[in-house]
Amino acid sequence: MILASRNGTADSLALEGRVIAPKQGIDESLRIAITDGVITGIEPGDARAAAIAPAFVDPHVHLRTPGREDEETLRSGTEAAAAGGFCAIVAMPNTDPVVDSASVLGALVERAREEAIVPTGFMAAISTGQRGEELTEMVELASAGAVAFTDDGRPVESAGLLRRALQYSALTRRPLALHCEDPTLSRGGHAHEGVVSAELGLGAYPSTAESVMVERDLSLAAVEGRPIHLMHLSARESLAALDVALANGATATGEVTPHHLVLTDDAVRSLDPNVKMNPPLRSERDRAALRDGLRRGAISCIATDHAPHARHEKDVPFEEAPCGVTGLETAFAALYTHLVLPGELSLETLLERMSSGPACVFGLDEPKIEVGARANLVVLDLDAEWIVTEEGFRSLSANSWLLGTTLRGRVVRTIANGREVFAA
Amino acid sequence: MSELRLPVSDRRHLLSIPDLDRGDVERILDTARSLAATLDREVKKLPTLRGRTVVNLFYESSTRTLSSFELAAKRLSADTMSVRSAGSSVDKGESLKDTALTLAAYDPDVIVVRHPAIGAPALVARYTDAHVVNAGDGKHQHPTQALLDLYAMREALGRLEGLTVAIVGDVLHSRVARSLVQALGLVGAHSLLVAPPTLLPRGIEALGCDVSTDIAAIDAADVIYALRMQAERMRPGEAFVPSLREYSALYAITPERVRTGQVVMHPGPMNRGVEIDPRVADSAAALVSDQVRAGLVVRMAVLYDLVAQRPVRGSGPGDGARGNREVPPSLTAAPEMV
Repeated sequence: MILASRNGTADSLALEGRVIAPKQGIDESLRIAITDGVITGIEPGDARAAAIAPAFVDPHVHLRTPGREDEETLRSGTEAAAAGGFCAIVAMPNTDPVVDSASVLGALVERAREEAIVPTGFMAAISTGQRGEELTEMVELASAGAVAFTDDGRPVESAGLLRRALQYSALTRRPLALHCEDPTLSRGGHAHEGVVSAELGLGAYPSTAESVMVERDLSLAAVEGRPIHLMHLSARESLAALDVALANGATATGEVTPHHLVLTDDAVRSLDPNVKMNPPLRSERDRAALRDGLRRGAISCIATDHAPHARHEKDVPFEEAPCGVTGLETAFAALYTHLVLPGELSLETLLERMSSGPACVFGLDEPKIEVGARANLVVLDLDAEWIVTEEGFRSLSANSWLLGTTLRGRVVRTIANGREVFAA
Repeated sequence: MSELRLPVSDRRHLLSIPDLDRGDVERILDTARSLAATLDREVKKLPTLRGRTVVNLFYESSTRTLSSFELAAKRLSADTMSVRSAGSSVDKGESLKDTALTLAAYDPDVIVVRHPAIGAPALVARYTDAHVVNAGDGKHQHPTQALLDLYAMREALGRLEGLTVAIVGDVLHSRVARSLVQALGLVGAHSLLVAPPTLLPRGIEALGCDVSTDIAAIDAADVIYALRMQAERMRPGEAFVPSLREYSALYAITPERVRTGQVVMHPGPMNRGVEIDPRVADSAAALVSDQVRAGLVVRMAVLYDLVAQRPVRGSGPGDGARGNREVPPSLTAAPEMV
């Protein structure tokens, strides 16, 4: 697979502070020397305000390129990723045109080599045009660099097609990443089916619209003996199904977004289009289950599902607004503020689920703090307080659910693939 | 009574019933009653909102709501105009935001909004300084309908507190049902929703109502409120009930199902023979025409409540500043009754 970014000279620098690398069991004050982009020395250092951790990996972003470069470009999206502490991101193929052929993918990789400041991988579509009818040329796409296959944005409706995709993708050794939604259950849905949708009259998008597809996809994957990755899980029933599958030895993984971990459908009462997403925000019990799944590791990665939308397309009545929110620049601070500080999640678990967790799922290089490793580091000021503003975003879009709120913890420096890509 | 100076709201908008408290509801109903007394006179027009502008912005077809808002504004001597989506810039793809900004440039005092999308009136309120009245947004809210229903009930039964109102039919798609349940809760009345399971939203009990799928449950009610069964809910593949025939057999308000002493209401337009038997619709128990009359006085009361004692907009020196402006005292003095 290919993770592409602009060429440039690797940096030499030294970082000092509290180094936290949970996967490697490190939590101490250290000085890290980086020479030509490679970690060349780790020695005892002074305690500083800064915390240093392996940089983050986001397995689920929408870069809107090609087709909607007014919403995001490879340049702006990767600048946003750098500002969010990410050293690698994976972009979704639901663009215009869809990334369903080696030529589209090849052109995108070339553009990433010119524009991306953070290494960027691309998923390719499972079905041509994401129409759910025929398989893409998966082997050729894998050779052209596809990280995985997904029809994200929509489900693979046909069980028969998904089964064939599971079988055929074995040739590529790449997993399928699945957006689980039964459209006959979610049709017309704008909010989680529950007290809030009943009160507001919003069309209901029940939890079962997700969980029946999670169950279907897990059984098909088990029968075919193939790994699957469940994207943006939102319902506790889906997590329960994943738990059962894992107990039965399935090679299935799951991801959860910052907004599903922090918000509930109660936020929808504002009718603010920036809390409209697919899957929708769910109940308190669902949120508690997702947090628990993340702590236990049944959900091994955090994914932003960064989904930029043009201002004029979100500035409409709630029901008419498209789904999706941005998240690259706020993911760490949102989760540090709303989960770590209140004691819901340890800092170590958060750092692991944002870095090695997603890297492992997709076979990407794990960001590590050891001599000889490529430098992929994030420096965090855990005491910094900042207000999320539209002007502060590198992303071309500003459809954030956090606008106007105050967050604690800030990314102050990002080293991606040996190069400093962000410094506050 | 030589001058009309009734208590008014300190709220800017009427977007949904949960925006109101019990005092607000009772004040609006009392104002409506005072205004109704004036309508018995030979000259039906009050000068109360002279010089004010009321814009009706309607993105959905409507007969009774639009006509009643228009007439309410005229009876209060306001300048009024109605903008419909068909034949306007909306047809040319203008966004709701831009339409709102365009209308706001005329400094209207009130914009009455009907729109198929939930949240549309709130968006108009964000982009204009006018007082915004929600005249129905999708399946969300229709607060003036709920208020007029309370008014008609109170006139017919003499009280609201302690009443039980059975709301029968397509609750799932009904902004009327949602607003009415909330409004009844505010005044100490009780709601019972009766519908087939597929037309009852999950979680609706949280509004503080009881729920039944058995039409016999309406026997306990003081008021039977039939909801319109909309044909578009019967599209092939998306039907919520197997047939209108079966729906009627199970849930239509028939003479046999109405007990002596009960009154029957319907927000209109009625599908006679579907949700309501024509014999019931035309019976003395039916308050349907009372509801329409209540609509006029309640909407007059709502307009009065929001703007009657506030400074006139857009009459200050042409500084282009937004927001309510100070005006000479002569214009703010309470107008004389005609």
